[in-house]
Amino acid sequence: MGIEQKAGNLGIVTTTLEQAIDWSRTNSMWPVLFGLACCAIEMMGAQAANYDLSRFGMELNRASPRQSDLMIVAGRVSQKMAPVLRNLYDQMPDPKWVIAMGDCAACGGVFNNYAVLQGVDEVVPVDVYVAGCPPRPEGLINGIVLLDKKIHGEKLAEWK
Amino acid sequence: MEELLGPAVKALSERFGAAASEFRGETTLLVPAGKIVEICRTLRDEFGFDSLPVETAVDYYPRSEARFHVVYVLSSSQTHVYLNLRAPVNADPAEIDSVESIFPGANWREREIWDLFGIRFTGNSDLRRIMMPPDWEGHPLRKDYPLGYEEVQYSFNYEEIKLRKPRGER
Repeated sequence: MGIEQKAGNLGIVTTTLEQAIDWSRTNSMWPVLFGLACCAIEMMGAQAANYDLSRFGMELNRASPRQSDLMIVAGRVSQKMAPVLRNLYDQMPDPKWVIAMGDCAACGGVFNNYAVLQGVDEVVPVDVYVAGCPPRPEGLINGIVLLDKKIHGEKLAEWK
Repeated sequence: MEELLGPAVKALSERFGAAASEFRGETTLLVPAGKIVEICRTLRDEFGFDSLPVETAVDYYPRSEARFHVVYVLSSSQTHVYLNLRAPVNADPAEIDSVESIFPGANWREREIWDLFGIRFTGNSDLRRIMMPPDWEGHPLRKDYPLGYEEVQYSFNYEEIKLRKPRGER
């Protein structure tokens, strides 16, 4: 008697610092609030009631890059937009991740011409590529779950 | 339509030598490029064409004589009729007078035509690029502008293209 009442049903949890930090990072990952093209509509769909991204702790899009951890590049990036995108990425505090959502962000898609960047990985390092034109909300959620798995595999020594 | 547009078409043909043509109910006047400001002023002040909804250009590339047509669509808010004007412009120098003094909204449209077709509008108060980055070279909607096609990265040439493709670093 005594100790169980104080600790509730939880008991005592032991874990490593690495796992605890990775867990906390994946469960409150806030994306930057911006969309570049039609993929942004699917991103909004993923955040709305039917698909409900807040199940993964991503209910909040931050309008400031200084408060966000994840950049979802939703759409084609034009040559004029590329420096702006890189500027936003540089303003995000570490640790930060990038998802290239859709074919245009991943490789230029159907826009193989002078005006559009052939893949956003030319200006920012990309962690997860999501295929589709545009990907359905399930596709984006799959990409996010994949990113979560990647983060859970990160080691203390590799942290920047 | 005929009774609304007729007087304007007749006056422009007589005064400025405009050639009228009709296609699917739309009247188009081929007008001399040097008199475009006077023509627009006449249409606005005497015939009530008080707005310029569209100003754009066409590139007929291989020919250098009248290579570009600058297209103006004028409309009248009283009679709800539209009148198209086409002003031929040579390849060199690609220049035409600005109609900004008559329709102030033409400012940005002329900037766009300058940016994408490289037609210089003399008299425009702010002729800068509007769509492309300020340091861009060339005018992309010209027919002789290269499309900028990049080789597509498939699995068989992935490594080869990876070597020369720029990579974003942290």
